[in-house]
Amino acid sequence: MTSVNTAPSPTAPLPDSVTGRNLHRFANPGRFLRLSGRVLPYVATIGVALTALGMIWGLTLSPADWQQGDAVRIMYVHVPAAWLASSGYAMLAAASLASLVWRHPLADLAAAEIAPVGAAFTALCLATGSLWGKPMWGAWWVWDARMTSVLVLFFLYCGHIALVRAFDDPQRGYRAGAILALVGVVNLPIIKYSVNWWNTLHQPASITLTGAPSMAPAMLWPLLLCALGGMFGFAAIVTARTRAAVMERRIRALTLAQVRAEA
Amino acid sequence: MTRKNRRLILVLGCVIGLGSATVLVFQAFRATGELFIVPSKIATNAPKADRNFRLGGMVESGSLQRFQDANRPAVRFRVSDGVASVSVEYVGILPDLFREGQGVVTLGKMRADGSFAAQEVLAKHDENYMPGDMADELKKTGWKPEQGAPPAAALWNAAKANTSSLQTPPGKVGG
Repeated sequence: MTSVNTAPSPTAPLPDSVTGRNLHRFANPGRFLRLSGRVLPYVATIGVALTALGMIWGLTLSPADWQQGDAVRIMYVHVPAAWLASSGYAMLAAASLASLVWRHPLADLAAAEIAPVGAAFTALCLATGSLWGKPMWGAWWVWDARMTSVLVLFFLYCGHIALVRAFDDPQRGYRAGAILALVGVVNLPIIKYSVNWWNTLHQPASITLTGAPSMAPAMLWPLLLCALGGMFGFAAIVTARTRAAVMERRIRALTLAQVRAEA
Repeated sequence: MTRKNRRLILVLGCVIGLGSATVLVFQAFRATGELFIVPSKIATNAPKADRNFRLGGMVESGSLQRFQDANRPAVRFRVSDGVASVSVEYVGILPDLFREGQGVVTLGKMRADGSFAAQEVLAKHDENYMPGDMADELKKTGWKPEQGAPPAAALWNAAKANTSSLQTPPGKVGG
C-alpha cells in the first residue's frame, strides 16, 4: 500500500490502464456533477411519485391480511426499509472497494454519504419491525438471528459514520471506513439467510428470486411499488448528498487557494 | 501485474478469508444461533431441569384447553414439530396470532412430569400473506388453518377453480 498522500487529486492526470480510464470517466468529479445534476430531478420525482402511489395503494386500497388484519400494512414501510438497509450496505461496500483498489476520490465521498442514509433506513426497519412484532408476535424485541444481525448492520453503519470522521486527515478516515465496510460485508449473507440457517421468530422470505411469492398479488404489487420508490428515493438522497460533498470540497480548496494567494 | 490489480486481489482475498472464517465459526457454534429447541430435540438432548429455555413448534390441532388459574386466564396445549410433542402450560394473556396450527416460541422450563411451564408465549407468523376473502375461499375448499400453513399462493386460483383436488400440505414448523 502506498502512502495516503499519493492518492490522486481530482484534477490529476489519469494512469493509463484501460479499466482505470473507463471507470474514471464516471468517477471524475466534474463529470459527476454535470451528469448527476441533469439526472437528479428525474430520479427524485420518480422516487417520490412511486413511493406516494405505493403507500396510498398499500395503506388504503390493498386488502387486510386474514390473520394479521390491518397490522400487515406496516409491511409496506418495513420491507422496503429492510431491503434498502441491506442493498445500501452493498453500495457502501462497492464504494469502499473502489476507494481501496482504484483510489477514486469520488468513491470516498460516496461511501461517507451512503452510510448515514443506510443507517436511517436500518433504524426505520428496526423501529417498524418492533412496532409490528409487539401486536403480532407478542414481543417488541427478541434476540433471534434475523433481528440480531440487522442490529449488527445498524452498528456497522454507525461505526462507519464515526470512523470516517475520527481522523484529522480525512484520507485516513476514508481508508479506515472502507476497511470496516468491507469487513462488514460478511454480515449481508448472514442477514439474508439467518431465517433459513437458524430457527428464528422472524418468518422466512415471502419473495425470493427463484420461487413464486407466497403473497397475494393485491399485496405484492403495492409492496414492489413502495420498494421501487424507496430505491429511487435512496439513490436521489445519496446523489444529492454526494453532490453537496463534492461542492463542499471544491469550496474548501478554493478558499484555501485564496488564503494562500493573499498570504 | 499493476498495483491496482495487486490491491484488488489483496482486498478480495481478505474478504474471502474473513468470510470463510465466519462460516467456520458459525458452523462450530451452530446451536447458539438457534432461538428455540424443538420437541424432538428435547428427548435426545434435554436441557437441565431448572434452566429456562425456549421451546418452539406448532400448536397441535385439537390440543388447546383453556382454564382459570386463580382467576387468571390459562391455557394448556401441545407443541409439536411433527416428530414429538410436549405439553405446555401458560398463565397469562396470549398474542393475537396464537391459535391451533400456529407456530409458537415459548420461554420456560421443564417440569418433573415432562410438561413445560411457560412464562412467555410468542406467536410466529409464517411467510404467507393472504387477504381475508381468499382465506374464506380456501376454507371452503377444505383447508383448515389449525392443520397448517395455507397452500402456496401460486395455487390459490387453481384451488378456487378446482375445489376437489386441493391437498392441504402438511403443517411445517417454520424456522
